[in-house]
Amino acid sequence: MEAIVKLRIKQVLKGDQNAFAEIVELYKDKVFQICYRMLGNRHEAEDLAQEAFVRAYVNIHSFNITMKFSTWLYRIATNLCIDRLRKKKPDFYLDAEVAGTEGLDMYSQIPADTALPEDEVESMELQETIQAQIEKLPEKYRAPIVLKYIEELSLKEISEILDLPVGTVKTRIHRGREALRNQLRHL
Amino acid sequence: MKCRDEIIGLMHEYLDEDITKEDESFLRGHLRSCEDCRAHFHELEKTVVLVQSSSRIVASPDFTQKVMSSLPKEKKKVGAERWLKNHPLLTAVSLFLVLMAGTLFGTYNQDEQFSVSKQPNLMVENEMVVVPSGETVNGDVVVQNGDIRIEGKVNGNVTVINGHNYLASAGSVTGEIEEIDQIFEWLWFKIKNTGKAIFQINEQK
Repeated sequence: MEAIVKLRIKQVLKGDQNAFAEIVELYKDKVFQICYRMLGNRHEAEDLAQEAFVRAYVNIHSFNITMKFSTWLYRIATNLCIDRLRKKKPDFYLDAEVAGTEGLDMYSQIPADTALPEDEVESMELQETIQAQIEKLPEKYRAPIVLKYIEELSLKEISEILDLPVGTVKTRIHRGREALRNQLRHL
Repeated sequence: MKCRDEIIGLMHEYLDEDITKEDESFLRGHLRSCEDCRAHFHELEKTVVLVQSSSRIVASPDFTQKVMSSLPKEKKKVGAERWLKNHPLLTAVSLFLVLMAGTLFGTYNQDEQFSVSKQPNLMVENEMVVVPSGETVNGDVVVQNGDIRIEGKVNGNVTVINGHNYLASAGSVTGEIEEIDQIFEWLWFKIKNTGKAIFQINEQK
């Protein structure tokens, strides 16, 4: 895949926007997944994932072709998410939690057309709980946990994405794991 | 407590798949004997499984389209280059036609010197070719960038390129008289002549 991507990048560098559309298609779900797990909000995650691709396009001339493209792209996306988390103001979104309803969001206030099977409801509730606990992690632990366990990246790749020494990444993953253990032990 | 911190550190190293054989066997031995650490380790393992089980979520179907519409517009030059790359046959044909037209136009413009086909009984006076009265010229007469005045007889065709022909009342031409003053007529004349020449060569063989 990297070989195809590098070829497309060369075409993009010559000014071919259609080649960039192929790159977006290849990575959109991965980038969106990172943003969603970091932010916990589909609307915001989609905005930032799109912004990550736009920034990648605008700065593609600064991409080192010997480097792995996904690492560079994930770095852009992760940095955007971290910036957003640092200056986050409360926003009104359909998937924002409703105050005092313990994890229910605006979507759950919309009447469903069909009843969901119990197992599916339980599974969705579990997913929401896990995501809520990930969101409770401080951003410095959240990013490495998301990259390791949801994107399944190596410590080396995570260190390149976050621009941190491998030792620091390991420590943050350990602490993030411990924090999640405390939060999820009752499940 | 120091011992416990050390054991927890080994648990994390194990989960990172970054543990030495000695440390792993030490950890296993400790977990067999210590219930608290065993519970802690199982909780960590369960945490990893739960986080990894988070369902895959995908971007909206129009995600790529939204990204592409947000990009700065590409230069027209690039669009044209891409069109050329995507239509190589049309590009090749167009290029051939342009080059051919250029060559022919160049040749047409370069052919501005006065010239006349060689027949012994033709007279030339200041870019005016004269078929004298009482004389008979056998074969086709071609005059380029000059005029012709026919007072005698021509057994063949008379072609004047970028010039005029003047046929005296006593003069006669057995073939066709043709005046060419446009590039396409000249081109057709060239093609016909080339065709004739090829045909004659084949006949001789």
